[in-house]
Amino acid sequence: MYKLILSWRYLRTRYIALASIISVTLGVATMIVVNSVMAGFSHEMHQRLHGILSDLVVESMGLDGIYDHEILQAEIHKILGDELKGLTTVVHIPAMLSYKVRGEYVPHQISLIGIDAKTHAEVSDFSRFLLHPENRQKLSFALHENGYDTHDVESGREVARRPQLKDAGWVYRRHRAVHERHQKQSQQTRQSESKNPTSFDNAAQHEGSADTTASIPENPYLAASTTEERFFDPLKEQHAGVILGISIASVRHRSTQGQVEDYFLCLPGDDVNISFPTAGTPPDFGTGQFTVVDFYESKMNEYDSTFAFVPLHQLQKLRGMIDPATGSAAVTSIQIKLHEGANLQAACERLRERFPAREFPYRIRTWQEMQGPLLSAVRMETVILNILLFMIIAVAGFGILATFFMIVVEKTRDIGILKSLGAPGRGVMSIFLSYGLSLGAVGSGVGMILGLLFVHFINQIATGLEWLSGREMFDPTVYYFQEIPTIINPWTVSWIVIGAVVIAMMASVMPALRAAKLHPVEALRYE
Amino acid sequence: MKEGFEAEQHERLLHLQLSPQNPQPSTKMQTSNAVTHHTANQPHHQSKQNGPHFRIAPKPAQAVGSAPPIIMSTSGLKKSYRKAQVTIPVLRGVDFSIPAGQITAIAGQSGSGKTTLLHLLATLDSPDQGEIHLHGKRIDNLPTQARDRLRNETLGMIFQFYHLLPELTTLENVLTPVMIGQSVLKYWKNRHVNLERAKTLLDLVGLSHRLEHKPRELSGGEMQRAAIARSLICSPQLLLADEPTGNLDRQTGREILDTLRTLNEQENLTIVMVTHDLEIARQADRLVQLVEGRVEEARTTTGG
Repeated sequence: MYKLILSWRYLRTRYIALASIISVTLGVATMIVVNSVMAGFSHEMHQRLHGILSDLVVESMGLDGIYDHEILQAEIHKILGDELKGLTTVVHIPAMLSYKVRGEYVPHQISLIGIDAKTHAEVSDFSRFLLHPENRQKLSFALHENGYDTHDVESGREVARRPQLKDAGWVYRRHRAVHERHQKQSQQTRQSESKNPTSFDNAAQHEGSADTTASIPENPYLAASTTEERFFDPLKEQHAGVILGISIASVRHRSTQGQVEDYFLCLPGDDVNISFPTAGTPPDFGTGQFTVVDFYESKMNEYDSTFAFVPLHQLQKLRGMIDPATGSAAVTSIQIKLHEGANLQAACERLRERFPAREFPYRIRTWQEMQGPLLSAVRMETVILNILLFMIIAVAGFGILATFFMIVVEKTRDIGILKSLGAPGRGVMSIFLSYGLSLGAVGSGVGMILGLLFVHFINQIATGLEWLSGREMFDPTVYYFQEIPTIINPWTVSWIVIGAVVIAMMASVMPALRAAKLHPVEALRYE
Repeated sequence: MKEGFEAEQHERLLHLQLSPQNPQPSTKMQTSNAVTHHTANQPHHQSKQNGPHFRIAPKPAQAVGSAPPIIMSTSGLKKSYRKAQVTIPVLRGVDFSIPAGQITAIAGQSGSGKTTLLHLLATLDSPDQGEIHLHGKRIDNLPTQARDRLRNETLGMIFQFYHLLPELTTLENVLTPVMIGQSVLKYWKNRHVNLERAKTLLDLVGLSHRLEHKPRELSGGEMQRAAIARSLICSPQLLLADEPTGNLDRQTGREILDTLRTLNEQENLTIVMVTHDLEIARQADRLVQLVEGRVEEARTTTGG
């Protein structure tokens, strides 16, 4: 009983000890905040990564692809059994894309992915990152009349404005085609008037919308494909659709009013050229025209600036992946989605066992393995941050140790009195242990509350800091998120709190032992 | 005022008086004014009329007329302190005994080893040589736990510097030995009895108006009285007092001594008191004089 009363009284009268645990409080609060934000970021990143990547991917090593993939698919069905949720075939190749901006071609190095619009939705959340609401419902490579989102829908606020997308789609395409036709006609008229007023030029009829103007030399590709495209009418027709990563086609900037805007260099309705290696040995150089039908915004810059999706069949055709004899088409990879809760790694191992790399030219990986370096970097960052932050608490532990030693010295006479009244050594020890425990509990409890409050109001705090400093914490032209993502993991929080309490306890063990071992006579005589 | 206080104290003691089979007459150091001045109109008086009755100290069975039994004895006690290579002998063989129901004074000059002897008697320290017996049972070689229990249950101690715990109130200080001796559960169960007893004891020493005061808010005499109340709460068989008046003025010191004497007389409490003041020592029933770590003289005094 005296232990409780005394440690309570010490707690109430020794404010210096409370000060020593402020560092515990801060350490705990910081650890909770950092872990929550890291978990939030990491979760967000995982979700986005995983949203694009299926669970498992069976890739062919070469660019020619897998011809007998139906057999392979059947085998995968057999191996994965009930765990398999969906499966799709994909052609994934490096390519170069270019579109024309004010008469000049802008090239981009991209990853060209041919997807099957029907089955691709089964294996990934791909469509939820698209800008047209109908495409988000059901993916289609047909150009829409209009109706593309004119701001960043996902963030819920009108943060990134996209006024150019208002009329994007067929409306824009027709407008542009008419405009270009007029431009061409007036140019031709001028030319014919100056050179040969009677000559007739029908160039406008065999030009696509990615047309050349007279000032630019004729594109060799266009010359080669004139027969096919002679009757192509950009007013009514589109090429095969392509869905571009939003960063391929746009630049984020801040308008004069200070609003964040995305400026699009090409819009849905524009045509682009894509050049890619064809199938065959050695690979040749193929090229094709596609019409931009939508953009894709995962907010993972790596994807948004490289991925372009086209219809699988079109790409197979252009690359010469279709066997003219049998009509069967090759694919470069098979993407597999497993049911929720299935063990990815185990499934991957099973597939690897069936298709060992030494016998089959396939590479089988989980999505985590594909993003291995990035994920492990984030993991490593979290671990190191936690170690560093825990050091803060350990330092706080030494602070407590020092303070407790001082208190034990200060209380030497009291310890002598208690012993002279018959208090056993362990009784005296437990006064200081429970004192340490309560300090640790108070410190980490307050730290936990502070940390959780901070996490809860983190966006308001960021806004407040922005207001105070006059600078944006997370510049939306740089960062693609509008709110700081946080996830509070109860396990992490409890481990942090328990760890801090244990450290405070440990720090009080040594002083408590010293108190217990004090000789009563010496303690009584202590001045 | 003082007389009033002593009379009141005596009154209270009479009410606390429990064992009618202890008609030991007080022979010495009669608190001259304890009985003569009744001030029945004291505020505490009434409240204690019907209050619970406690034993302050157990009564040793004692045949009237025979020599009092020995409660504690020492034989050949030696104790020295070692500092670096130098050994300083403090006690060089102390033999004496403490008769039950009497006040024994241990007197001596500074450095004669009287406080060391008291610490040995209180089992706070162990002798280098020699033995200490309590009721014929050797106590100096008991294991730590048993010695702790002995200090808690059987021995009471008061000190020159009172040694109250500064964080606790007077009442809590008095209750500390009970808290130490009892588990939380047991203490909680007996809390009313414990509290009542502590209040009675504080009333007895005249501190009932100071229950919630911290030691630093009390005067020296009040602190010493609180310490006496604390030493009595577990009904000790032997009260060890280390210069109980050493830090007090003469008047207050006398009050404390009177309180001790009253306790001795009314409750037959055995008291061992260490003092350097021969005048005080002579008022005890027995005087043991220490000179350079040896008992020079142990005699029954004839009264001061």
